[in-house]
Amino acid sequence: MRERIDIDIKVPNQTRYLSLIGKIGEDVARTIKRFDGDREKLAYNVNVVLTEAMANAILHANRDTLDPEVHVRISVLNRVLTIEVFDQGQGFDIDALPAHNPDSCHESGRGIYIMRSLMDRISYKKSKNGYVLVMVKSLSS
Amino acid sequence: MELILDEKNGIVTITVEEERLDAHNSGELKTRMTSLFEDEKSNIIVNLKAVRFVDSSGLGALVSGFKNASARNGNLKLCGLQPQVKSMFELTRLHRVFEIFTDSEEAFSSF
Repeated sequence: MRERIDIDIKVPNQTRYLSLIGKIGEDVARTIKRFDGDREKLAYNVNVVLTEAMANAILHANRDTLDPEVHVRISVLNRVLTIEVFDQGQGFDIDALPAHNPDSCHESGRGIYIMRSLMDRISYKKSKNGYVLVMVKSLSS
Repeated sequence: MELILDEKNGIVTITVEEERLDAHNSGELKTRMTSLFEDEKSNIIVNLKAVRFVDSSGLGALVSGFKNASARNGNLKLCGLQPQVKSMFELTRLHRVFEIFTDSEEAFSSF
C-alpha cells in the first residue's frame, strides 16, 4: 500500500515551539515505512532543518508582521519527504545569498548552508500570504 | 536555560544542562559568556555532555564565545560532545576551529 503522510501545524511566532516541531519531525522520520538508510540520522536531520527554517521565519521573516504565526507542513509521498515552512514576511532571493564559506569563523550565516547540506534541494518562493521555504529529500536508497 | 558554572584556577567551566542548544536559548549562553569576559575571565570550557541537539544559533553562540576569548588572549574549549552534536561541528567544519575534548578533566588539563 502506498504511504502518504500529511501533517499540517500552525504555532505562534515564538522560538519556544522549535523543540515541539523538531520532535514531531523526528517522529515522522522514525515512523516512515520502507526506509533503508540510517533512520536516527534522518530523524536528527529533519529536526535540524525544521529548526533552522522555523527560526528563520520567526526571527527574520515574520519580525515586522502583525500577529504572526508559523505554518509547517510535513509530507511523505512516493518516498519523497517534503517540508514546507510558511512565513508572512516580504521574502528574499535565496539564490542571491552569498555562498557560505564553511571555513569562515563568522557567528551567523550557517542556517541555509546546513539546510542545503542535509536536504536534496531547497527553494524559497511566494505563497498565498507570504513566502514558503520548501525542502525536499528522497527516501529511496 | 540551565547553566552550571564552576571556576577553578581561573578557568570557568560552563556545563549546559539542556537537551537543546538552539535559537530559543543560545542567546542566554552568549549573555553569560559576555558577563564572564567583562569580569576578565577568558579561559572557558563549555561542557555539552547533556546537549543532544545543536542548531546554527547554538553553534554561533559558541563561535562568538571563542572569538571573544581569543581576542582577550584566552581560549574557549569544548567537551562532552554527543555523536550527533559532533556531526554538526563536522558538517560546518567548526571541529577545526575549536579544541574538543572527551570530558572536562581532559579539557582542564589542556590549559
